[in-house]
Order: sequence, then C-alpha cells, then structure tokens
Amino acid sequence: MKKTLITAAVAGMVAAAPAFADLTFSALSYRTGPYAANGIPFADGYQDYFTLLNERDGGIGGEKINLVECETGYNTEKGVECYESTKGEGALVYQPLSTGITYQLIPKATADGIPVHSMGYGRTSAKNGEVFRNIFNYPANYWDGASVAVKYLLGENGGSLAGKKIALVYHNSAYGKEPIRTLEEAAKKHGFELSLLPVDHPGQEQKSQWLQIRRDRPDYVLMWGWGVMNQVAIQEAVNIRFNMENFIGIWWSGSENDVLPAGDGANGYKALTFHNVGDDFPVFDDIQKYVVDSGKAAGAGDQIGTALYNRGLYAAMLAAEAAKTAQGIHGVSAITPAQMRDGMEALEITEAKMASLGLPGFGPSFNVSCQNHGGDGMVAVAQWDASAKSWGLITGFEQSDQDILNPLIEEDSAAFAAENGITPGCN
Amino acid sequence: MSDTLIFSMEVFLNGLMAGVLYALVALGFVLIYKASGIFNYAQGVMALFAALTLVGIMDGQVPFSHLINAALGTDIHHFGWHVPAFIGIILSMGVMVILAWIVQKVIFRHLVGQEPIILFMATIGLAYFMEGLGDIMWGSDIKKLDVGLPQGINIAIDEATYGIFGYGFFIDNLDIVATIIAALLVGVLVIFSQYTKQGRAMRAVADDHQAALSVGINLNFIWVMVWSVAGFVALVAGIMWGTKSGVQFSLSLIALKALPVLMLGGFTSIPGAIVGGLIIGVGEKMFEFLIGPMIGGATENWFAYVLALIFLVFRPQGLFGEKIIERV
Repeated sequence: MKKTLITAAVAGMVAAAPAFADLTFSALSYRTGPYAANGIPFADGYQDYFTLLNERDGGIGGEKINLVECETGYNTEKGVECYESTKGEGALVYQPLSTGITYQLIPKATADGIPVHSMGYGRTSAKNGEVFRNIFNYPANYWDGASVAVKYLLGENGGSLAGKKIALVYHNSAYGKEPIRTLEEAAKKHGFELSLLPVDHPGQEQKSQWLQIRRDRPDYVLMWGWGVMNQVAIQEAVNIRFNMENFIGIWWSGSENDVLPAGDGANGYKALTFHNVGDDFPVFDDIQKYVVDSGKAAGAGDQIGTALYNRGLYAAMLAAEAAKTAQGIHGVSAITPAQMRDGMEALEITEAKMASLGLPGFGPSFNVSCQNHGGDGMVAVAQWDASAKSWGLITGFEQSDQDILNPLIEEDSAAFAAENGITPGCN
Repeated sequence: MSDTLIFSMEVFLNGLMAGVLYALVALGFVLIYKASGIFNYAQGVMALFAALTLVGIMDGQVPFSHLINAALGTDIHHFGWHVPAFIGIILSMGVMVILAWIVQKVIFRHLVGQEPIILFMATIGLAYFMEGLGDIMWGSDIKKLDVGLPQGINIAIDEATYGIFGYGFFIDNLDIVATIIAALLVGVLVIFSQYTKQGRAMRAVADDHQAALSVGINLNFIWVMVWSVAGFVALVAGIMWGTKSGVQFSLSLIALKALPVLMLGGFTSIPGAIVGGLIIGVGEKMFEFLIGPMIGGATENWFAYVLALIFLVFRPQGLFGEKIIERV
C-alpha cells in the first residue's frame, strides 16, 4: 500500500511538473514592493505578447514559448538570485528591468554566454558591441534621451540655447547620474547653463530642490526620476507653478502613474519615449481576442495601452523578432542562448516589419550590428493631456547627436575593456 | 537685506513645515513605544495601509476584488458609489481599530513580558504581512488621494513677504494644514497621556507589563487602545504624505524619515517627536541650502542621521527621552 502511494505521488509530481518548451524566455519582473505600480504593467505587456504568439501563431517558428517569471522586487540582490536560479532552464535572453541588476549581470551573463537586453536602461556604453559582446541596449539609451531632449529644446528655441538655463533634477544614483556627462557636453556645444539638482532615494521630500528651481528660474527642467520621486517632483512643479510645457522627463518618468496623482496640474508635462503610446494599433485587437477574452491575460487586462504596458510589449516583440532572426541564421527552430545572441546582433527592425506585426509606427526602424548594440538612438517626445488622461506623441522619432555621444561611448567602453582585460573586436 | 539671508528665511520656514510632516510619522512610533516598549517597525506600513483603506473606501473599491474575481470568475471592482472624505476617514479609523484589536489578539497578547528584541521582530513580520494584505485588498496601483486639503503656494504669505522683502516666500498650503493638525494632535495626546486615567495606565504599562497587571490594569485594553491611537496617527500621516505623492507602496518608506527624529527627540516623548522633527527638518534644509551646493547636494537623508548622532553623543536618551539608570 505504502509503495503504491509513493508511486502515485511520484507519478503525480511528474505529471504536475511544467513541460519544458523549446524557447524559454525569462521575465525578471517586480509585481511587489515600492515599485510594483510600475513593474506590473511592464510585466503584463511582456507576458501578454508572448501569450499572444503562443495562442495565435503557435509560438515562434513552430516552437512554443515558455516564459519563466521571477520576482525581483526591484532589488538587485534578488535580481541576481533570479538570474542564477533560472539560467539553468535555458533562458535565451535576460531583460533585467533594472540598471542595478544589469550592472551585476554584465560579467555573469557574458561568462555564461547568455545575452542581456537592457532596453532603455543599464550601462549606456554597452552600445559598443565590440566590448560588450553579450549586452544589448537597443533601440535607445539614457544618453540618447538626454541628447534628444536638448535637440527638442533647440527646435523650440529657433536652433539656439545660448544663454538659456536648464536644470536637471535627478535620482541620486548611478541611473540618475547617467545623463550628466552628455548634458555637460551639450551645454558646452550649445552654450546653455546646466544646473544639477540631485534627489536622494526614494524622493518623497524634494522641497529644497524645488525651492532652488523657484529661486533660479531655469527655462527648462529635465528629470531622471523613478517611482515616488516622479510623482512628488511633478506635484512640486505644479505647486511652484512651473510651466509644465518646459518640464521634460526621461521615459522612466513618463508613465500614467507619474502624472495622474497631480491631476489637472500635470497637463502639458512632457516625457521622452522610444516607442509609441496608446492602444490604437492592430496588435491590441489580437491581444484582446487571443489573450484577454480567452482569460489568459497576465493581469486584469486593465493596463493595455498604458506607457509601461506598451514598453513591456515592445521588449517582448524585440526579443521574439531576434529569436526569429536567430532561427533564420542557424536554420534551427530550437535555438540556444548563443544563437539568440547572433539573432540579436543581426536584428533589423523596419517599418514594414512593424506594420506586419500589427505595430505600424509603434517604434523606430533600426539595425543592430556587432559594432552597434544600441540601435540608432531614435527618441520621440510625448505630452500628457490631463483632461483626456492620455499621452500623445508631439514629435517623430529623432536621432540623438552622434557627434557628442560616440566619443563618450568610445571612452567609457574602452575604460571597461581595459579594466576587464577585454580585447575589443567582432570575432 | 542680502538675497542669501532672504532665501535662508524661506528655507528655514519650509524646514519647519517639513519637520512637522516628519514628526507626524514619528508620533506613531512614540505612542506605541511609550505604552508597550515596542519599537514598531510597522508604523510606516500602517500609514500606507490606512491611506490605501481611505482611498479604497472613498472610491467605493471592492476589497480583495482581484482575489474574488480570480476565484469566482467574476469581474467586479467597484461598488459604484463615492464616499465623502469625512465618512471615509471615520470608516478607515474603524478599520484601523479592528486591525489594532487583531494585532493585539493574534500577536502581542502572546508576547507579554518577552524581550524587546522579540517584540521588535514581531513588528517586522507585521509590517510584511500588512504590506501584502494592503496589496491584496486594494491593489498596487498609485492612487490619487483628495480629501479636500488645499495644495500649492499660499498666496497671502507670498504677497506679504513680497511686500516686505521684494521676494515672495513659497509656503505650501498643505504644509500649513499639516502644522495645524499636528499641533492639535500633540495637544490632545499630551493631555490624554498626562491627565486621563487611561493615559496614566498606558504609562504604567510602559514601565512594567507585569507590575501593571498586578495592580489591575487591563493590559489587553490598553494595548488595543494604543495601537488604535497609533493607527489614527498613521492615518493622518498617510493622508498628508499621500496627498503629496499619491497613495503608493513607497509610502511605507516615510518611516525612514522618522528614525532620526526619534533618535533626537527621544522614543518616549510626544513633544520630543515634534521638537525633534522641527530640528531635523530645519537642520537638513539649511544644510542642503548652505553647504549642499559645495559638496554635490542630496545631503538631506544622511545629514538628518548625522545631526541625530551628534545629539546622541551629548544626550543618549534624546532631547526629551527618559534617562535610564540601571544599577548592578
């Protein structure tokens, strides 16, 4: 009897174990903790797109997708634990969704031969694929964001920012400090005065910074914020009656979560973005039909079309397209992480491809190569309409100032290569 | 008068106002520590939970809706009504009293006479439990909290100071309201703890649980009462901070702002929490204004702790804390 029970239990466990699919993707998400409000829509978008591919197309190239989700709580240590605990499942690519986790994974993933895609975050100089062989950050990075913000302001001021004052309010962390070098170079080139206003984590108290802005009266304020820092900054800007038209946040300061608490006062606030906004794209009809209506949505289905849901969906789409490219290159459907890396390095995103995916005009066209793991640095500006409670693009996707950025990327990646004994190259 | 001096005055006033907001959080810690000797790690999460509950009640949100929908296949999220702020606050207070009763019944009743570190560890567990409960009950999205408190620059002060100094001071209306509420709260709490039977019983319990029991004080009642009052203070703090930033899970981190206040003001003094808050608020703002630009800014978080540590060197029990003399 005892033997029968043990056999039945073992058989039950075997039956209950997940069947390993041929294409495994990881989702290092954060659905809990102080940043859950931002982590949930991204994770939902990421998961829903893969569910759509499974349900509508039968996976990628005939292979079903197995998404392995691991909760990081936006905590670097937990993120590394997630990586270590899931890499054995054959994840093709990691998207850490955290600059801190990305920095930790750069040496680990490189040693393990697993590619990392830090889309719009992480180490900017990873754009240099000759040094960062396994790290990708297309289609845009923080320096692209800073450069396009300046370019946009140039356009607003007839091509000259001479004599203008621009303040940068930033999260006092490696992430928040990313745009400083670019902005300093841009200040030299275009003759504007840059002032730096760091905000300590988590950013619930920013009175000092906004009193200074009120005293100094900068013409424009740029923000590199995250989490509660964004909501407080926008509310403080409203309080001191700063013109929202002149307030621009990076894409991590540009979700509905950031502006809704300030109500009508946030109207006109602008944010940079490397993908489109809203749900007016054919792919969302498919998501409704194959994912939401069939009860397979990752969340409650109420995040569709939000800025962060769209970003998660876009990240999943880029991963899927890289996997397709890898399948084409290697002539196999069940690809390995190394083959996935090749696919990412040969990725070509064209408007025709985006349209065929149900995402016309959703993101910029770009190519990835060994030398360029970061795409072409195309960034647009979106603006918040408080009455409609929606974002809308007010520019097309503009390329960043490559004259400023390329030497900076070269310098930073060369320093990394020297520190780590890497010989840059493509072979 | 020089511009720096005028700006300093504005920063000083804003520091006082910020200090009041810190003190509101610190008050909750003091109340529970005073009554039970427990350093309540969950105080920040209580503020979050109270604010989440208030918004949920006001918006007519169905608690546990995601859980209910997942289990029953339904699609309900809202009751379809909107509750006025005043009633919402009363109902939220009711929830905090029920929570206090549960905390006492389930956790602390079983820990009478235990070492302070064990009580502290229990509050760490409570904090994680409440954070998860708040998430499951009300969801983790950022919620706008509007109980009708004014926000933005106070025009009267702006115009008056402009007339005197040629520069209008920025004082946030919300900070002024917070100051008035904090003053009322402290007055009531001091009177309660010093001049009422329950207040004196509360202090007796703080001195020695077993001795208080031996003279007939109902320990369970006192603890439920204290946790309820701390819940009310958490609700007030949650409203103030939640109005500034929206109600979101990082609200629990406001506890970090209370720690230097407690170190400075003392863990057992209600006026100490206020004075400590004001000193920390003014100190960190003035340091950021005068010294911050020379050393790269973002000094406020660490300077608050440095300031508290400097005070501790001279008064280990804090400015208003009770001096502990232990003879061997």
